[in-house]
Amino acid sequence: MKSRREFIKDTATGALLLGSSAAAEQLGLAAVLDRHAADGKSRVVVARDAALHGQDGQLDEKRVLALLDRAIASYVGYDNPVKAWKQIVPVDKVIGLKVNGLGKKGISTHAALVMAVCERLQQAGVKAGNILVWDRSARDLQDCGLTVSTDPNRVRVYGNDVGGFEDQPVAFGSAVNVKLAKILTRECDMVLNLPILKDHEMAGVTFSMKNMYGVVQHPNELHAAGCNPGVADLNCIPVVRKKVRFTIGDAMTSVYDGGPGFHPERLWQPNALIVGEDRVAIDHTAWQMIERKRAEVGMATLEGVGRPPRYIATAADSAHGLGVNDPKHIHLLEV
Amino acid sequence: MIHSKICRLTIVTVAMAAAIAFTGCKKHPADPFPASGAVGGWQKTSDTRTFAAKDLWQYIDGDAEQYVSAGVVTTSTSDYKYQDQLEATVDVHTMGDSAGARKILETGTSDAKPVQLGDAGVAYAQSLIFRKGPYLVRIVAYESTPGTPQALLALAHGVEGKL
Repeated sequence: MKSRREFIKDTATGALLLGSSAAAEQLGLAAVLDRHAADGKSRVVVARDAALHGQDGQLDEKRVLALLDRAIASYVGYDNPVKAWKQIVPVDKVIGLKVNGLGKKGISTHAALVMAVCERLQQAGVKAGNILVWDRSARDLQDCGLTVSTDPNRVRVYGNDVGGFEDQPVAFGSAVNVKLAKILTRECDMVLNLPILKDHEMAGVTFSMKNMYGVVQHPNELHAAGCNPGVADLNCIPVVRKKVRFTIGDAMTSVYDGGPGFHPERLWQPNALIVGEDRVAIDHTAWQMIERKRAEVGMATLEGVGRPPRYIATAADSAHGLGVNDPKHIHLLEV
Repeated sequence: MIHSKICRLTIVTVAMAAAIAFTGCKKHPADPFPASGAVGGWQKTSDTRTFAAKDLWQYIDGDAEQYVSAGVVTTSTSDYKYQDQLEATVDVHTMGDSAGARKILETGTSDAKPVQLGDAGVAYAQSLIFRKGPYLVRIVAYESTPGTPQALLALAHGVEGKL
């Protein structure tokens, strides 16, 4: 495992780029989708490492890459994580990594996870400059522990404050007059969604689908009625639906109440990654994780406090068809 | 008749002046953020940013609505560092009145420890929140050390003294 400093040095020089992959390995996500569709269920992998946080509560960054490898290899069904990545991403395209730094330094997508994904993407054959890590702003990215860079020869890291928004609004259902980030519409061919699991004051839970609020200019306009159907409608906008195809959910640290801001008194460490391509199944799984924690500490359910994440069922309905929320149709693999 | 009108006009003028002075005081407090070194060990590490209610989502999207519904007028924020190690953020919410500050303070803090700060305050191991008049102050540290509660309390007193 490389240290963070070594990793940054390597990404800067492109040393992690190991060469192009064989055509036979470039079947892409469609092949994975077909394979998983065979059992008629959406696959969700929850990978855990109980030792991810030390006795002092600090994340052991050296263990994150191994946890990611286990999650991705289990999802695809390969022992070799680099080969597994080649099934997930088109290695000759621009891959966006949408992180979430809204909760500031206390509860944002971990830089160690971002770096681990970037390392494996490059080993799978994605050029450093074709990886674009982004969020709303430079401040959000810095709060994730990332350094802004627009150097085309390195992993690029910048926000919508640099990339800008489309002038022409788009709409789906209640999500009207939506101006999308140009990073999504123009720069990325595929987006890996890297949200952080949090309780949410209005939506109930914020994870995979809710993270897309960071790709619009005025997310506050989608908050009505517990963000329902705002979250589902936003994810149905064609470019969001089409490009945001895989979630690597950060549940290494989470807040089970008081979110989405950082409330250290409600912090807990699930020590997990939740991965998959069905964003609805991912969010349903994450929601249940938060409910179990709330029950464990004697708190009421999200339904009990008047903010169940109704948008998850909406996203699964026939009008949206974004995925499944019925546990009978989710193949949950815990590794 | 004329004397009566003058009296009414005087009363109205004085009332308006008082209202303006009071409102002005609420919405434009003196800088509540202690300068570097003003509180032992604490350095102010960022410029102060201020958000009007309508723009608060830019700072705390998802959390903003509860403050707006409680009547927030502005929110100011600044970052601090204690002895070059412990990082913290101070948020000062200027509410429309003390009832708004009370409403936020009483939400979800029943398990916190009361502290002597302003009109009322509570503390956790890594955060602290208090109200004073229309002001609601929240201080959050990003690490937990044995000295964190005392350091936060000292900073909170520094803020309180400037409100």
